[in-house]
Amino acid sequence: MTDVVETETRISQPRPDGLRGFASDWASDQRTFKNVSWGKAMMWIFLLSDTFVFGCFLLAYMSARMSTTVPWPNPSEVFALNIGGTEVPLILIAIMTFVLISSSGTMAMAVNFGYRRDRRKTALLMLLTALFGATFVGMQAFEWTKLISEGVRPWGNPWGAPQFGSTFFMITGFHGTHVTIGVIFLLIIARKVWRGDFDTEKRGFFTSRKGHYEIVEITGLYWHFVDLVWVFIFAFFYLW
Amino acid sequence: MAHPATQPAAHTEHQEHPIKLYLVVWGLLFVLSLFSYMVDYIGLHGYLRWSLILLFMILKAGLIVAIFMHMAWERLALIYAILLPPVLVLVFVALMVSESHYVLLSRMTFFGTGP
Repeated sequence: MTDVVETETRISQPRPDGLRGFASDWASDQRTFKNVSWGKAMMWIFLLSDTFVFGCFLLAYMSARMSTTVPWPNPSEVFALNIGGTEVPLILIAIMTFVLISSSGTMAMAVNFGYRRDRRKTALLMLLTALFGATFVGMQAFEWTKLISEGVRPWGNPWGAPQFGSTFFMITGFHGTHVTIGVIFLLIIARKVWRGDFDTEKRGFFTSRKGHYEIVEITGLYWHFVDLVWVFIFAFFYLW
Repeated sequence: MAHPATQPAAHTEHQEHPIKLYLVVWGLLFVLSLFSYMVDYIGLHGYLRWSLILLFMILKAGLIVAIFMHMAWERLALIYAILLPPVLVLVFVALMVSESHYVLLSRMTFFGTGP
């Protein structure tokens, strides 16, 4: 299968920067994102659409919380853990936050080593990222189990507004699903890196296009987005 | 991907950063997360709590998007295409705040349950 031939993707004269560059990029007759491959551009556009999905979830949560006549359960107490006889507020959520941020850090370094074509370090850092991600999902499963055993249901809970359960399961459930998909995505790409697919430009099984280290960066974009969503969930759902 | 021979060259212009940069950002994100956790741990309330939560959230999100996702080194065409549309969500927020007030008022008026 031959690669698609693109017409005039590189311009001979230097491209202008700033607003002038913005206008000329968008006004040009051909591709808008001049130095970005389609794989990367489409991942960004997917992430933009996912932003709206999570934005709508958080908006639904905001509307439910603002319009209820029953007091909202205090997340600081609901998510407290009893450690050594004292109730530590939100401690599990804080640890989950640190785990996810660490996974973002290792992913950023994996992307960097990918562009340096360091096969071993890239694969190991991606595996470490996947491990952090799996840890996060495991802690979330623990959190769900704890809350369900305490009587939280999508239609009610022992502490206040019944919408608390439905928004909690909806938002953290969707986020956890994203993390899980990310872990699977990371493992698949890490295996390809380890095998040297991107050094030999081996063609993909599904797309039959030549593999490049750029896919590590695209995977990284998705992974950082998952971390980004958690920043907003942490602020609005757990801390507010 | 359509032009494999030139692809790596096209991306080296902005992808070679020292590892130290990522470690520094990682550290900053840790500190900011710790700060936002401390807001809850110390037990701040009211507008001080909300503004601090928002401040730390925006700083963390900015660092992740700009450095980890390399948005700081992209061309404006991509930056605006991706970052401007989510700003419009704020209009949706304003709509829903107004709607929520109305729903709350209706509930208190017709179901007789004060907050």
